Amino acid sequence: MKISMNILLFFVLFISFILTACDKKAQNQGSASTSNEILIGEVGSLSGSEATFGKSTHEGIDLAMRQINGSGGVKGKQIRVLTLDNQGKPEEAATVTTKLITQDKVMAIIGEVASSRSLAMAPIAQRSGVPMVSPSSTNPRVTLVGDYIFRVCFIDPFQGSVMAQFAHDNLKVKRAAILRDVKNDYSVGLSDFFKEKFVKLGGEIVLDQSYSAGDVDFKSQLTTIKNKNPEVIFVPGYYTEVGLIARQAREVGINVPLLGGDGWDSEKLTEIGGEALNGSFFSNHYSQEDKSEAVQRFVKEYRSIYNHAPDGLAAMGYDAMMVLADAMKRAPQLTGVEIKNALAATKSYPGVTGTITIDQNRNAVKPAVVLEVKAGKFQYKQTINPS
Amino acid sequence: MNEFIQHLINGLGQGSIYALIALGYTMVFGILQLINFAHSDVYMVGAFAGYYASGVFGLSNHPGFVSLGIAMITSMIVCGLLGFTIERLAYRPLRKSPRINVLITAIGVSLLLEYGGQIVFGSDPKFFPTLYSSNGSLQIGELRINAIQLMVFVISILLMFVLRTIIYKTKMGRAMRAVSHSHETAALMGISVDKTISFTFILGSALAGAAGVLVGLTYPKIDPLMGVMFGLKAFVAAVVGGIGNVFGAVIGAMILGVAETLVVGYWASTYRDALAFAILILILLFKPAGLFGKNRTEKV
Repeated sequence: MKISMNILLFFVLFISFILTACDKKAQNQGSASTSNEILIGEVGSLSGSEATFGKSTHEGIDLAMRQINGSGGVKGKQIRVLTLDNQGKPEEAATVTTKLITQDKVMAIIGEVASSRSLAMAPIAQRSGVPMVSPSSTNPRVTLVGDYIFRVCFIDPFQGSVMAQFAHDNLKVKRAAILRDVKNDYSVGLSDFFKEKFVKLGGEIVLDQSYSAGDVDFKSQLTTIKNKNPEVIFVPGYYTEVGLIARQAREVGINVPLLGGDGWDSEKLTEIGGEALNGSFFSNHYSQEDKSEAVQRFVKEYRSIYNHAPDGLAAMGYDAMMVLADAMKRAPQLTGVEIKNALAATKSYPGVTGTITIDQNRNAVKPAVVLEVKAGKFQYKQTINPS
Repeated sequence: MNEFIQHLINGLGQGSIYALIALGYTMVFGILQLINFAHSDVYMVGAFAGYYASGVFGLSNHPGFVSLGIAMITSMIVCGLLGFTIERLAYRPLRKSPRINVLITAIGVSLLLEYGGQIVFGSDPKFFPTLYSSNGSLQIGELRINAIQLMVFVISILLMFVLRTIIYKTKMGRAMRAVSHSHETAALMGISVDKTISFTFILGSALAGAAGVLVGLTYPKIDPLMGVMFGLKAFVAAVVGGIGNVFGAVIGAMILGVAETLVVGYWASTYRDALAFAILILILLFKPAGLFGKNRTEKV
């Protein structure tokens, strides 16, 4: 009895030691900007079920930071990025954003990938007058929060219509079913825009089903979908669930292709989904197979540091950092207002993911690419330009 | 009609998974009157034990019954040890304390495993290797029964009978039943109460380990918080069937699985979790002892 209590006590002490050790590490990275440094905050999902989103974006930002600092920095100052994890939770994203602004006094914020989390962060950045650049949140509501919120990617009305167009023109299908994640602003928005465009093109939505992020069983939705005989299923979710959905779709005997959006973009997608995803398509921001010089140089430099190919989110992170640095260079002074004005004036910036021009709603207008999943790889299919 | 039957089959598949976890809940409760909230997290550890075992032994290169068996046995041993440790360190010192203390400790152990698991395993989901090829499926007309679903169903029924045999036919089982009536009297009859309770925990946790591997096989995405929702559902299943009753746990789990599948199939997926807890509330209101539970008067 006595001994076991001692063991327990030791265990508790050990755990608390580990926890405080982690805390210390985080603190060492943070401290307010010094005079020859520009501090930029990054909020990302480095853990949780969308962990590859955060990691890829972080690597993209990191690569951009190295290159900017290597060529002399911004206005003679070096950029330092302070990265905080939000565990894939909107409420955590809001907390760490507040911390970055009030404690670390960052100049600007880059984040988040997921629209739900960007929507939690945006009001805080707006209220504090700190410019925020989202690398890849595509829900239109994100930048409508206020004039300090920007993004360097296209938005869902376009992304949804791209897939509808692709289904209609290239796959020549008339009957589509939708399986959306109702807990996710991104997925709901994308489904609505897909539906609108697909119906306009003369197609028919035979069924609109839903699931909630975190579910692992989708057989009942898929069984109901199967009985409506759609020619294609639109599943605009995130990669962990999509992988499981694809597997179970084949198990219940659905053999039609699945379509999705940029939330599919992760190497984990095919790890979870396996062969079930072959012949499915999704829209994305760029393709690493793009032969243009800018893309190939980016892919090569990225590979040389991280030893794997950059996915779309890494490219978006890279562009977000580059566009922000470009705006800081153009801004007469390094204040929130001036950086915001310079960001809004961004015009024809040559990014890796296309030419970036910020429109009046602070969105980037860019083409999208459609990728096909083939034997675990994402193959370039075609580029669709905004009309 | 075909669609309805297919939903029923899917529901039974889902139910078998709840049943695997519910069995452990209900057995520990039956013997100790303790709701072991850590049980669903032991099951999570079981899934990870299977994951790491297949990595270490290279099992995914040779999918089949042997690999699956090795993963399951490893996971059952790991979980059995974990269950033993939890009981020894967390519950045994509280044997003489009020029941509420043990209950709160159980919640504490559960949180320790969930968040400790995030530190040890990492919080991003892992892909559970394919230990048994899932491509085979039984097809009857339009209906499809997945090989893994069928296997999980058979195993859960089998385990139910094994448990019943252990509890009602063996010497250890008799000791367990004696301890469940009264620790003191059992001790006076020459039964080692500590040993019996340890055995109960090892058995229950080993079951959770087997469940972890089978769930990993069915839904190949595992993460440290995977036990939370499944644990709650399994707990509801155990209560619906009459907590403490091994047979009831399996029936309760099947009812829950089928009801959930039908609700999602014909109504909306958002009502899935609401339904489970609505069933729990209804059962507690109208048949507090559960469908197959005996009303037990508290001794004063």
